[in-house]
Amino acid sequence: MSPDLLYALAGVGLCGIGLAGFLLLDHLLRRLLAFNLLGSGVFLVLVGLAQHRGGPDPVPQALVLTGIVVAIAATALAIVLIRRYFHLTGRTSLADAGDGQS
Amino acid sequence: MAGLLFTPLAWAALSLLLDFRRGRWLSWLGMLIQVLVSLSLWFAVAGGGGFFYALAGWEAPLGIALRVDGLAVSFVLLTAAVATACGVHAGVYLDPGKSWQRYFWPLFWFLWAGLNGVWLGADLFNLYVGLELISLAAVGLVALGGEAAALRAALRYLFAALLGSLAYLLGVALLYGQFGTLSLTGIAGVVGATEPAAALALLLMLAGLALKTALFPLHGWLPPAHGIAKSPVSALLSGLVVKASFYIAARLWLELGDRLGSQLLAQGLGALGAAAVLWGSWRAFRQPYLKQVVAYSSVAQIGYLFLLFPLTYAVAEPVSRLAQQGITLQVISHALAKAAMFLAAGNLILSVRSKRVDALGGVSHFLPFSLFSFGLAGVSLMGMPPTGGFAAKWLLLQASLASGQWWWIAVLLLGGVLAAAYVFRIYRASFLEDSVSDDFYHPPKTLEAIPMILALLALGLGLVAEPVLSVLALPFEVAAGVTAVQP
Repeated sequence: MSPDLLYALAGVGLCGIGLAGFLLLDHLLRRLLAFNLLGSGVFLVLVGLAQHRGGPDPVPQALVLTGIVVAIAATALAIVLIRRYFHLTGRTSLADAGDGQS
Repeated sequence: MAGLLFTPLAWAALSLLLDFRRGRWLSWLGMLIQVLVSLSLWFAVAGGGGFFYALAGWEAPLGIALRVDGLAVSFVLLTAAVATACGVHAGVYLDPGKSWQRYFWPLFWFLWAGLNGVWLGADLFNLYVGLELISLAAVGLVALGGEAAALRAALRYLFAALLGSLAYLLGVALLYGQFGTLSLTGIAGVVGATEPAAALALLLMLAGLALKTALFPLHGWLPPAHGIAKSPVSALLSGLVVKASFYIAARLWLELGDRLGSQLLAQGLGALGAAAVLWGSWRAFRQPYLKQVVAYSSVAQIGYLFLLFPLTYAVAEPVSRLAQQGITLQVISHALAKAAMFLAAGNLILSVRSKRVDALGGVSHFLPFSLFSFGLAGVSLMGMPPTGGFAAKWLLLQASLASGQWWWIAVLLLGGVLAAAYVFRIYRASFLEDSVSDDFYHPPKTLEAIPMILALLALGLGLVAEPVLSVLALPFEVAAGVTAVQP
């Protein structure tokens, strides 16, 4: 087994942990962290799996850089929304809040 | 060509510097430019066929390759039409006195840039970036206003959208690891029949995109988000945003589905779509709030789109083409009709000062115009002739008959009946005369005219379906990497 494949497998593991956290956790910040974990896992798979055949490959590295920028933007937006939501309602989860609309 | 992407981005940055009123003038100018450029590109493609275009001369995989064909250019034009209508409506509808309104324009333009990027994107990673740009802008638009309920809907939407995007990206990673290319046509050229890793990748991508398109039973995030957003925003979200992820799913399926898909997957997606049609329509019928009715109606109408999967898998070529045309018409007519419906619903809510359906009593007498636009859009959703909705369903009916999958016909017919039920429920509420005096707010004429124009477009689409479809089906020069230089 090549080290690159090891990275990819670790990425799959991270994805699993992240997904489980994303679906099971209630706390909004924890869910956001789980999302980041999931994202890192996907990036590892993207780089590791492509390196595995045919040596270093610049394309996935460029893609992951873009992906990290996107993930940071998403995280920042989520944090702003969570913060505002917490200030307005004092809640840290979306569950069992009074539903205004439906 | 590049202007379709750069104008919205430039306008987003510029309008960030201005307040709402000045941003409005800037944006109206930008919309005019976008409409003109989209129209001229449409005529260029209608005359000369599709082409590949490498942005700034950088070739794929590091550059951004654009794929301009009949389908893409039709959606660019559709986006220009619907977004302009929503933008003009928003300029009048939103109250310029509130300080946060100025953020509407930057988000609006980022959304437009993302949409054009998705319609024109030729490689899988750029599609991902386009999708994320759309999601982030759309979430920002839902959260606009900053009430707790809106934030809650926005957060739920954000989490669903992020999960969907990552599932899609994981699929992209697997495909790149397998084939070493990101170009969709390139992958379609080398993929074989039995490749479990590629099949898994396709499954992941379709699952992620189905979540972002709000396919039943993953639709939970859609009604709160679309119901609580401001009306022009809801119109954008329902009309265009959910179509972007479906468009990618459809492109993937049509390129790779015949080898990587299976009958089980195709029928399963179709069955979920059918369930969405029935469940969404039923829920729409039961909602106490006007905009929730329209939002659940979106869940139902999205369901029809997923009939694409069974109707194009393992069927004869002409049948598949019929189904593709039907689905494309459904996308276009739903975008126009649903945008009209949300804008009209916004006007009605403004008039009666309440979001409830049962507050509409007497509207028919004093505000017939807004109600009429709502009804016209409803007629297209029901699929009555001569609307675009009818033409779409007629093509789908023919495709189901020709491929021997008669069970989808029942869904198409029942969906139409249920749509009629929830539209007539609104009508019934508005014809109840419980007030004799006209104490309604009368919205400005611009607000009333825009949904009417959109509804008439949806209505007229059925009459011009033939020429529209002929541009959609334009032959595409499949010479990957060849770039035509356009201004």
